[in-house]
Amino acid sequence: MPVLELNNVSGGYGEVDILHGVSLQIARGELVVVIGPNGAGKSTAMKAVFGLLRLSGGTINLDGEDITGMEPAQVVRKGVCYVPQTNNVFPTLSVEENLEMGAYIREDDFRPRLQEIYQIFPPLREKRKQKVGFLSGGQRQMVAMGKALMLEPRILLLDEPTAGLSPIYRNQIFDIVKEINDSGIPILMVEQNAKQSLAVADRGYVLVDGQNRTDGKGLDLLNDPEIAEMFLGG
Amino acid sequence: MDFINFYFLPGIVLGSIYALGAIGVSLVFGILRFANFSHGELMLIGAYITYSLLHFTGLHPLAVLPIAMIFTGVVALGIDHVFYRPFRTSKATIVIVASFGVALMARSAVQIIWGVDPVSYSPGQIQKPIVLFDSLRIFSKHIWIVSCAIVLMLTIHVILTYTKTGKAMRAMSDSTELARLTGIETEKIVRATWLLGAALAASAGVFLAWDTHLHTMMGFYMLLPMFAAAILGGIGQPYGAMVGGLVIGLAEELSSYPWIGGEPLLPPAYKGGVAFAVMVMMLIWRPSGLFRGRVF
Amino acid sequence: MDSSQAYGYFLYFVSLMTMGGIYAIMSLGLNIQWGFTGLFNVGIAGFFAIGAYVAALLTTAESAYHLGGFGLPVAVGLIAAMAVTGVISWLVGLLCIRLRSDYLAIATIGIGEIFRLILKNEIWATNGARGISKIPLPFETLAEPWNKICFMLLVLGIVTLLYFMIERARLAPWGRLMTAIRENEHSARAAGKNVERFRIEAFIFGSVLMGLAGGLTAHYMKFIGPGATEPLTTTFLVWVMLIAGGSGNNRGAILGAFLMWAIWSFSEVLTGRLPPELAIKAAYFRIFLIGLLLQVVLQRYAGGILPERRLASVIPDHGTSK
Ligand SMILES: Nc1ncnc2c1ncn2[C@@H]1O[C@H](COP(=O)(O)OP(=O)(O)OP(=O)(O)O)[C@@H](O)[C@H]1O
Ligand SMILES: [Mg+2]
Repeated sequence: MPVLELNNVSGGYGEVDILHGVSLQIARGELVVVIGPNGAGKSTAMKAVFGLLRLSGGTINLDGEDITGMEPAQVVRKGVCYVPQTNNVFPTLSVEENLEMGAYIREDDFRPRLQEIYQIFPPLREKRKQKVGFLSGGQRQMVAMGKALMLEPRILLLDEPTAGLSPIYRNQIFDIVKEINDSGIPILMVEQNAKQSLAVADRGYVLVDGQNRTDGKGLDLLNDPEIAEMFLGG
Repeated sequence: MDFINFYFLPGIVLGSIYALGAIGVSLVFGILRFANFSHGELMLIGAYITYSLLHFTGLHPLAVLPIAMIFTGVVALGIDHVFYRPFRTSKATIVIVASFGVALMARSAVQIIWGVDPVSYSPGQIQKPIVLFDSLRIFSKHIWIVSCAIVLMLTIHVILTYTKTGKAMRAMSDSTELARLTGIETEKIVRATWLLGAALAASAGVFLAWDTHLHTMMGFYMLLPMFAAAILGGIGQPYGAMVGGLVIGLAEELSSYPWIGGEPLLPPAYKGGVAFAVMVMMLIWRPSGLFRGRVF
Repeated sequence: MDSSQAYGYFLYFVSLMTMGGIYAIMSLGLNIQWGFTGLFNVGIAGFFAIGAYVAALLTTAESAYHLGGFGLPVAVGLIAAMAVTGVISWLVGLLCIRLRSDYLAIATIGIGEIFRLILKNEIWATNGARGISKIPLPFETLAEPWNKICFMLLVLGIVTLLYFMIERARLAPWGRLMTAIRENEHSARAAGKNVERFRIEAFIFGSVLMGLAGGLTAHYMKFIGPGATEPLTTTFLVWVMLIAGGSGNNRGAILGAFLMWAIWSFSEVLTGRLPPELAIKAAYFRIFLIGLLLQVVLQRYAGGILPERRLASVIPDHGTSK
């Protein structure tokens, strides 16, 4: 059974639908990448999982449980963690406070987990008393991901974690994503860097105009001439 | 010495009162994202409740203050539930109109219940100041007001810095949407914000009424200095609001000191305009405020 | 009903229409600011008072109690009232218009407050709390009730004229752009429009009407005092009128003004019959009820009696918040 499953999901923000029947599946332990042109509805599909959309059709299942249209606060409590594309940290809070907010719904002691997060993202330990607003883009992205991981999620949704980052940070983030996935957490990731992300992904989906275009194994997509022409610069 | 006794000390007292009110304005603006035009009326309610409590119990204003603070907090929760909650996802401007309406309703309710004549917490009593070093004259109630204000502000500091709810309040002030995605129960945080803001407003109202007297236009007249203080400190920055309140209070009192020659710099009757002038200068010079709050 | 009673009712009706018309002018002004452009003005009373005092000081005969004694014609006074309000609102606009509407609202409160202080304290100019009396009423030479009727017709004429003017402006590119700015400032800006300038224009246009209403009231009442700036009756009533009538709709603004003024005035007549002790309380109770009415309209009938008709060709309709 897939961990997370979108079946034929349609919906949008206002009156008009942006998604016209999107289907995605993420199995246990998988790293799944979604690519597509700007405005294809990739971010919108993620928001659909999180109850931030007006849905007009389709269902969303988490481990077989129907979570269609659930409130964001409840979806988090089900163990789905989401790092939005923009606006994904609290800039006036310190690094440590951001991570603490990530653990907001935990009732147990989160401090051991905090130490684990600092192991994954060593620069954050150094800057833990600093306001996130003053950090570099790459470090902010680390805070955003660290914050989402504070819960030891059942599945992690990442929306363009490397957008706007320098190549060094980009590689670093890709390594960490792989590392997190290897530790057993399934990941659904939207990416602009199609080549690099398909290379590490188990499977990939291509969304165009709010619809599934194709999907397949990461490497198969990478070698597909049509996809190559669309996204990989020929 | 006159400067200290008649301008500086009253400025500090007034400033502490403004600061207490402005913290609430700033918190509500940061977390609920609207300028609450009924904040002055929360002060009014707190001050009048205290008046009734004093009347029935004969206790000291400070003794009944906690009850008034809780009561006002509960009133604010009720107002929020009935009048503001329906607009949570609408444009902020609609809520401002609603808060404007609430201000009038609250004031007229106070006028119906308590009447419009000014009243005093301690009618007929004239307090003698304590004289220190032969010439420094301090009223004991002023010492009480300023110390209580400091204690309350420290409490706010502790809540915002060290408690989970306080941190979540700051987080929500940064981004409501991200707070929701993080699993923070935003409605709970909103309630905490009203409780804190209203309790502080009540204390400000009680202190002002204790220092001077109590009348039903008090809340309205406080609105401008409180907003000026909140803007001066930076919207959504509670610490900025504390500083802003002190600055506005001092500026109002010091504006009538005879700085040049023997005449007051500004006729005392125009004190009320000082807050506005400071605010206008701030909006021109640095709209984000001293503490770099948000500019909308 | 004998004839003198009928005559009394008739005079009451005339005064109802006159004051209703004056409020309709303010309601139209607020509609330009809030209804079309989304500018939040809580200083209506301030602009009203500025207009009233300017008109009063310019048209009264010389007096030992206050500035003025220019004895200028009423028309000149009204034009000056509009001009001065316009300049002051221009200054306020320059200052606050680029900030979010909350700041504008706070600033307008400040203007009202400063103006109240001036009226109260500059006794040499304004006669302080005692106000200015003997302001000339146009058509004064005519006999009762003709002077009153003529003044009513004048006010209603102005309302009609303004209605057609503003309606034209609304349908013209100017008005469409205003609504576009209100709906989506970013895209208006992206389209290369000078959003600030248009907003200031709308703010001035609206405030000028409030000044005009102030001037008309001063002449109609023949007296003006600082009580006129009591923010409550003026500012709040105009807001309720516009919201109840239908914000964004000029006919709604006018209808709301007459309707709410009638309700306000009738209820005053009714509570006036109570014993004095109760009558005072009843006055506050009326305000409470008006406040409640506003909340009900905001929550249940957000569009008002005559909701705004969107010009769909220009602005894509995202569906109003319910
Ligand atoms: N909050 C919103 N309200 C209304 N429309 C929106 C909103 N967010 C996105 N859209 C619209 O939905 C469509 C899909 O946007 P989405 O953000 O899902 O694209 P995307 O595939 O993530 O693109 P990108 O690669 O640029 O991130 C776009 O046309 C966009 O304009
Ligand atoms: Mg996106």
